[in-house]
Amino acid sequence: MSLDLSVDLCGIRLPNPLVLASGILGTSAPLLERVARCGAGAVTTKSCGPAPRAGHPNPTVIDWGGGLINAVGLPNPGVEAEVEIIATAIEQLAPLGVPLIASIFAETVAGFAAVAERISTANPDLIEVNISCPNVTAEFGRPFALDPASAAQVTAAVRAATTLPIIVKLSPNVTDIVAIARAVEDAGADAIAAINTLGPGMVIDVESGQPILANRVGGVSGPAIRPIAVRCVYDICAAVSVPVVGIGGVTCGRDAVEMLMAGATAVGVGSAVYQGGPEVFGHIRDELAGWMQAHDYASLSEFRGIAHER
Amino acid sequence: MSGNLPSAARIVSITEENVRVKTLVLNARAQAQPGQFAMVWLPGADEKPFSIVDDHPLTFTIARVGPFTQQVHALNVGDRLWWRGPFGRGFEIVEGNGAHLLIGGGYGAAPLAFLARRLRAAGRQVIAIIGAKTKAELLLEARFAAMGCTVVVTTEDGSAGGRGLATDVARDVAHRERVATVYACGPEGMLAAVERLCAELHLPGQVSREGYMRCGLGVCGSCHHGPWLVCRDGPVFTVG
Ligand SMILES: Cc1cc2nc3c(=O)[nH]c(=O)nc-3n(C[C@H](O)[C@H](O)[C@H](O)COP(=O)(O)OP(=O)(O)OC[C@H]3O[C@@H](n4cnc5c(N)ncnc54)[C@H](O)[C@@H]3O)c2cc1C
Ligand SMILES: Cc1cc2nc3c(=O)[nH]c(=O)nc-3n(C[C@H](O)[C@H](O)[C@H](O)COP(=O)(O)O)c2cc1C
Repeated sequence: MSLDLSVDLCGIRLPNPLVLASGILGTSAPLLERVARCGAGAVTTKSCGPAPRAGHPNPTVIDWGGGLINAVGLPNPGVEAEVEIIATAIEQLAPLGVPLIASIFAETVAGFAAVAERISTANPDLIEVNISCPNVTAEFGRPFALDPASAAQVTAAVRAATTLPIIVKLSPNVTDIVAIARAVEDAGADAIAAINTLGPGMVIDVESGQPILANRVGGVSGPAIRPIAVRCVYDICAAVSVPVVGIGGVTCGRDAVEMLMAGATAVGVGSAVYQGGPEVFGHIRDELAGWMQAHDYASLSEFRGIAHER
Repeated sequence: MSGNLPSAARIVSITEENVRVKTLVLNARAQAQPGQFAMVWLPGADEKPFSIVDDHPLTFTIARVGPFTQQVHALNVGDRLWWRGPFGRGFEIVEGNGAHLLIGGGYGAAPLAFLARRLRAAGRQVIAIIGAKTKAELLLEARFAAMGCTVVVTTEDGSAGGRGLATDVARDVAHRERVATVYACGPEGMLAAVERLCAELHLPGQVSREGYMRCGLGVCGSCHHGPWLVCRDGPVFTVG
């Protein structure tokens, strides 16, 4: 039986549903190409803003046991340099058939529109709008993703600034993620990514009595957040008709199956790179294929969203 | 579920190696390969990568180049320092006939001292070329000699040993002696010259690179070098 792992995300073909999540390894064209060669079905760049940013001082990422906690603080070379990186990456990814998702952020609604417009000139396959980073509130104020009206405003501004398909990335740190999902769908999002990191959380060094992260608080990711991510994806999929990229704590084929059963069209993988390296994409893909074979599924659509049936 | 959080260790001794470099011995142990590194943290200051110069007891050799290393240099015996690791891929001791040629530039000599001790313990012949800009910045040459390595010192200004670059000295040595493998650590320009030398003389080489490191865990992508991550795929890379 032939196995089809491919996915259609907003008219873009992914050879398999596994997407490199933003902020993990997405800093250079050669790294993005390597992740694609290791088996990712799409790769997302590190979120890029209007101007270069140094990010927070170290420590920025810690393995606390159940996953990671990070406050990297959105370091990036700025959109002008990012356009070059993306253009090179697209060339290197083309022969592999792996699409590129360009992640953007800004401090203001107008800033989002400006970065979207500029990044579009590099012609990425999709744009991901990161309105949900929990680690820059001291400088930027509350993330736009915490409120349906602000989330919709950013979505509408980016929608007007580009003809490329846009994915809006949501935060789990809200009382009603469905309201936010509906708001961004109504404002013109072509897809939704969920979830960004949970929290913020804090880990204290008990010898010094000080929080370990220099930013004191940071976003929690990895296996510890998977049940929350799965629930968010499940709820969003029940409420909207646009495709959802399910992200959060996926480390193996079984976890990817779970996200797809919750209704995700594609599955983001981030923190799993810590334990598994870039090769983790090939491992998850092969485990997913093995699981499908063992259960007589020929394509992902045969079991996508089945958790909603009862 | 304890993860890999920084652990606190007390400084049990401090040695001034030269005007800019101190060696700190901690009351902690690790299981490390030469060339591996740890992330060293001072709460409220910063966290940066440093080569493990000995794992038993845990030892770092730290050059004062900026704000963080300034604060480390201000510590006294009995003070605490936090670390997590070991991380990365270290030097691999390669079989082969001939001498093991070590090339250290600046504080690159530090991780090579750890390697030299392992090589000498395994009974290998070691030639250590220790280079620096000037005499005052030479590092650990006496320690290499005490281990029974043949030491060749070279400085860019000729204030100690021969005048010239460590890689030029290495070329001369390789013409005279049979060399099994070249191991190098130092500034990027020196490592590029080592790569060319290994290609020219058809010698297997391993170089320890630096990169701008944040997480140290292979996720953030800050220390990329081509498709590789210095923190995970390195810091030691095979050349030649
Ligand atoms: C894998 C690895 C192993 C390392 N091992 C050691 C070690 O054993 N001992 C040691 O002393 N350092 C080592 N380093 C370098 C050390 O991490 C940096 O020097 C550190 O950034 C110093 O922090 P700082 O705040 O004092 O200075 P920074 O503010 O970071 O730097 C101050 C100035 O020094 C310059 N600088 C920074 N890093 C370097 C560098 N590596 N070489 C030359 N100039 C630099 C900067 O450009 C800046 O101008 C290692 C680095 C890596 C990646
Ligand atoms: C070190 C690190 C950096 C991150 N940076 C970004 C970022 O720049 N933009 C973004 O949208 N998400 C960022 N994220 C969030 C991830 O893309 C992802 O949504 C989250 O980590 C949950 O997935 P995971 O459990 O598979 O890691 C980052 C996560 C980590 C761990």
